[in-house]
Amino acid sequence: MVPAESEHTGDGAVETQEQQQGGGSPVATDGEHLVDLYKKMVLIRTFEEATQRGFRQGKIGGYLHVYIGQEAVATGFLDAYKDGDKVITAYRDHPHVLLLGSDPKAVMAELYGKGTGLVKGKGGSMHLFDVENGFMGGYGIVGGHIPLGVGFAYAQRYEETDNITQLYLGDGSISNGAFHEAVNLSGLWGKDGMNPCLFIIENNQYGMGTSVERTTAMTDLAAKFNAYGVENEKVDGMDVEAVLEVAHRAADRVRETGKPYAVEALTYRTAPHGAADFFEKYRTKDEIKQWRERDPIGQLEHRLIERDVIDEDGIEEIKNEMKETMKEVVRFAEESEEPPLEELYTDVYTGGGVYTGEEG
Amino acid sequence: MPEMTYREALRAGMAEEMERDEKVLLMGEDIGVYGGTHLITDGFLDRFGKKRVIDTPIAEGGFTGAAIGMAMMGLKPVVEMMTWNFSFLAADQIIQNAAKVRYFSGGQVEVPLVIRGPNGGGVQLSAQHTHSLENMYGHFPGLKVVSPVTPNDAKGMMLTAIRDPNPVIFLEAGALYGTKGEVPEGDNAVEFGKARVAREGTDVTLISYGRQVNLCLRVAEKLEEEDDVSAEVIDLRSLRPFDSETIVESVKKTHRAVAVQEQWRWFGVASEVASIIQEQAFDYLDAPVVRVSGAEVPAPYARNLELAAFPSEDAVAKAARQVLYQEVSA
Ligand SMILES: Cc1ncc(C[n+]2csc(CCOP(=O)(O)OP(=O)(O)O)c2C)c(N)n1
Ligand SMILES: [Mg+2]
Repeated sequence: MVPAESEHTGDGAVETQEQQQGGGSPVATDGEHLVDLYKKMVLIRTFEEATQRGFRQGKIGGYLHVYIGQEAVATGFLDAYKDGDKVITAYRDHPHVLLLGSDPKAVMAELYGKGTGLVKGKGGSMHLFDVENGFMGGYGIVGGHIPLGVGFAYAQRYEETDNITQLYLGDGSISNGAFHEAVNLSGLWGKDGMNPCLFIIENNQYGMGTSVERTTAMTDLAAKFNAYGVENEKVDGMDVEAVLEVAHRAADRVRETGKPYAVEALTYRTAPHGAADFFEKYRTKDEIKQWRERDPIGQLEHRLIERDVIDEDGIEEIKNEMKETMKEVVRFAEESEEPPLEELYTDVYTGGGVYTGEEG
Repeated sequence: MPEMTYREALRAGMAEEMERDEKVLLMGEDIGVYGGTHLITDGFLDRFGKKRVIDTPIAEGGFTGAAIGMAMMGLKPVVEMMTWNFSFLAADQIIQNAAKVRYFSGGQVEVPLVIRGPNGGGVQLSAQHTHSLENMYGHFPGLKVVSPVTPNDAKGMMLTAIRDPNPVIFLEAGALYGTKGEVPEGDNAVEFGKARVAREGTDVTLISYGRQVNLCLRVAEKLEEEDDVSAEVIDLRSLRPFDSETIVESVKKTHRAVAVQEQWRWFGVASEVASIIQEQAFDYLDAPVVRVSGAEVPAPYARNLELAAFPSEDAVAKAARQVLYQEVSA
């Protein structure tokens, strides 16, 4: 591991930090910044809870995968996002796009299948996209997006920018061939400084109903990257401060060297896999309870109060405000119109052209 | 006769064959501990043990290839594709190995393999999770492709598929897992290559397979009520081998045909149906065969767009009226 100076250049200014060899000590971020991260995590949680209600009411269709329990991971890593960077993930994609600044109303409207949705009602929960804000998509095939992210990173260096790609992937995707082929490429191209790709494994312990131990005989997922010459480490993904420290250090390093780096964030989805995962036979209530005690939002809340950054009333206020905001978000989604039927035939080909199969 | 759901019928077919033949084993993602994403294999792990019910990692190419290897060694794997959408990752193994190894080994090996799972769309899963792949797999010599729609056929064709010494692509109507129907007790094996006349009629033949058969049955009732037209409905159920005879005989009687499929129009099963009819029953036709297909777009998410992308009752009825010259084509 290379010690690095972590300089936060995003909007919420943070003091530069000296990092010790090996990292691991939380960044002493200022209170204001932590409150900002806290608000972001509450936004994600509140948004996800609203989507679960929408699904139960039959207003959201298809598949719905929420990020409840994992908030610290994307929140921490996307704090290191700079303009021009690219972000790509699989189908558990609501938090990433919200953190990058998409309007929650447009995101919710997408889930409601409305014309005002982020992708015009065409993709739904699994396929959010917001290119302007750096979000290059949500993808539904496990592992399928990983090669794309490696391609983004090559393009970023090809065009001689100092941008990087944050590539999120699940523990389940490690078994997929696309993962191995793409990480090998990334390591190889990285030797020439041509692959500024930051791999972030969201290890939430399960791929649907299959635990990591039941999916591979070598369960150290970060270490899988060793086989391809990609340096790596692990982080406690329930602790946003720990994530923040690694995120900035790793992102700076990737930006500087053009070489890939991987971080395995150990986390847990306290929610079911998808909204239709009813039985959860693959894990115990006790296990969920134990992880819930380490809830990322609860942990940060506790620290903020302990450090006198905010008091309980302040916390309540943030939560209530978010609830009010979410009511408006849902109202917007509900009141929006369905996409016009003409949308069915748009966006199939670049350059337009309506191709119905009826002609000729 | 006892009633069971499509899901229970699949389960019964697999369980009975596993009891009968020790070579049969199951593999797939979350089929054991979890009980199967669609609960088809619920209880199998307890009943047959983990040697015969293998939970796999998310590695379609790897485990499908391994199943082909097992089959070449004389085992009879039944592989679950959680949905057929994920079979693209296994397509290289299915097409390059399963379909061809017997041929390029000069007949020295066989591949008694079943790959099964839900096919088709209809529940807003959008572009990457909505495919009807019968034409794709039906294209490759060496594969058999079946698509049962009733619980009786779900069980009977499962028995036949497992017993078949060739690789069988078993496309289930995922949207119909909960639907009920009569299934006789005991061995109801259904021969491949025989279509089913789902409804008899005299004026027009509606030809389909998978969940579109039920759509055609609804349209047939509507035509009866509204137009006093008697429509025959044919469920192809086996796409490779294909039953030309039943279709041709029907068209000789009705002189008019509509082929309905959920998949895209181009290079699809309905084109094959239309072609066979014009080759073998040209002189009997009173109108060109009309195809009703899915819209030529990747599947959209929004409910209204999705409905517009799939064949509807109105579209099939309109096609029927068109071949009956009750409605002028656009
Ligand atoms: C190739 C492929 N196979 C199977 C699936 C079905 N599926 C959807 S999510 C999932 C589990 C993935 O787990 P993981 O990568 O750990 O991500 P998580 O859901 O935990 O965020 C599976 C098997 C799929 N979408 N794609
Ligand atoms: Mg996981």
